[in-house]
Amino acid sequence: MISLRRVPTLVTLCTVIVLLVLLIAVFAGPLSPRDVAEVNLEARFRPPVFWGGSWDYPLGTDGLGHDMVSLILRGIQVSVTVAAIGTFGGAVLGTTLGLLSAWTEGFLDSVIGVLVDFQATIPTLILILAFIVILPSSDFVTFTGIMILAGWERYARLARAIGLSARSQPYVHAQLVIGASAFRILTRSVLPNSMAVLLVNMSIHFPQTILLETTLSFLGLGVQPPDTSLGVLIGSGRDQLYNAPWVILTPTFIILLMTISISILGDWARDFVESD
Amino acid sequence: MRAGRALLTLFVLLGFAFFTLAASGDPAVILLGPETNTAALEAFRQKWGLGLPLWRQFAVYVDGLVHLNFGLSYRTSGPALDLVLSRVPASLCLVVPTIFFSIAVGVPVGFYAAIHNGRMTDRITTMLAVIGLAVPPFLLGILLIYIFSIWLGWLPPSGYVDWRSYIMPVGSMSAVAAAIYARFTRSAVVEVMANPMIETAKASGLTRELIHRAHALPNALLPLITITALEFGGVLTFAAVTENVFGWHGVGSLLIESVAARDYAVVETILLCAGTTMILANFLADLSYGFVDPRIRDSRRSRLSTVTRLYAEKSPV
Repeated sequence: MISLRRVPTLVTLCTVIVLLVLLIAVFAGPLSPRDVAEVNLEARFRPPVFWGGSWDYPLGTDGLGHDMVSLILRGIQVSVTVAAIGTFGGAVLGTTLGLLSAWTEGFLDSVIGVLVDFQATIPTLILILAFIVILPSSDFVTFTGIMILAGWERYARLARAIGLSARSQPYVHAQLVIGASAFRILTRSVLPNSMAVLLVNMSIHFPQTILLETTLSFLGLGVQPPDTSLGVLIGSGRDQLYNAPWVILTPTFIILLMTISISILGDWARDFVESD
Repeated sequence: MRAGRALLTLFVLLGFAFFTLAASGDPAVILLGPETNTAALEAFRQKWGLGLPLWRQFAVYVDGLVHLNFGLSYRTSGPALDLVLSRVPASLCLVVPTIFFSIAVGVPVGFYAAIHNGRMTDRITTMLAVIGLAVPPFLLGILLIYIFSIWLGWLPPSGYVDWRSYIMPVGSMSAVAAAIYARFTRSAVVEVMANPMIETAKASGLTRELIHRAHALPNALLPLITITALEFGGVLTFAAVTENVFGWHGVGSLLIESVAARDYAVVETILLCAGTTMILANFLADLSYGFVDPRIRDSRRSRLSTVTRLYAEKSPV
């Protein structure tokens, strides 16, 4: 059990930030002061409060008079959703392939091994861009699906190692003898036993998926307007860096806060699990 | 064994490129351009045997690649390979100084942190390395442009103006790369300093300085070689996002433009070139590892896999 006194202050702070972000991601809609799509051409490029603006638009407005608070809430929601689906999907895909690889051995194992090698060798950004270019539509579902294909190979490697070591364990033998199916043994015994390792990997993978999503959206290759994400916000504010820097700076600050908090948390979690 | 693995990965790369080409539409249209007349398209299909079984088509495709036929870019109507090659020098101008500066900063910092393991300086550098790995390059670039070009007005924001144009792109990439070097150098040196042989060396009266130079430093060489090899392996696209942010005309920004414009032939060419250099770099890193540290050559389980795996943990962009 984690004794609370052993948790450093910084880690506590990061946990609070991450929980806050998750809450925002869930309740972005009700929390928004205005409709995300509401255009107010009379209120274009209003500066935020701390930049000499008014409380009508606490974080200012963009070039179409959209309320930045609402845009950012929606942006957090989309970015976190895409990253969560990408991370979780990658974990499921990789773990399944890894366990399959360990359990069947032989030809299937080799095939999966070669695919893992391929995925690990070729830079992720190029692979993802290659997928984006061949898929005809660039809608939300397609893009989220592509995000699953970034980073699954680490789970496959971990799960394969876990599966191989489990096969020699007495408890697995015992279950095989009483006639339990491989599926049952893997899902009921082997997987729960290795959850800590997989979760730590997910905590490392998650901020990377956020970075990948925001980068691609920033480049105009990810989430497409009129929907928004933190990356889309920064990409659209690029030309206004001179006259309306807040359009870029606030989402930038939020991305930094999010990814740094999750990374510190993940780093701490890994040290914690490895020291056990 | 290792060469076999590299070849197998190369084969999968070719298969993937072939698959993407097939999935992206009619190869005749893609290779000849959309404005070709029907007769020429038909002749092309006949010539390249597009009615043949898939494996024969694949063989024909690979044969074309061997003869450096990478297709035509539909935006410039010129060979895709020429377009890519014309962008290589600009990318090299960013990546080579970046690797130089990041080693010059990252390795000493990581080494210093490791021999002060657990103290405040170590904690701070480790934290900085974690942050460095968590910050996306495009954000760093934009913040730098805001501070140095708009706010202070010291540096040109984008494109190539004079030597000052290098400062921000090289600086932002070096910061991230230095974090990677620092982190792996630190873990390699911490590992060796925990080895009982260090205790023996201390007990036999060797000076601290000699222990660091003779035992700790050579071990820091291993991650150094691997990361540098992998960084050079990714040389073509290492700077992709940075090039885009700073309006730099390298291979990386060409890749992003081509994806946005659906210029398949160019994306393919970059995928194949970048993939091949990466596979080659991995292979060479593997070999040099065994060369530098004979223990690895002898033992069946290579330690390279650990470093490569850790390296893969770095941000994908």
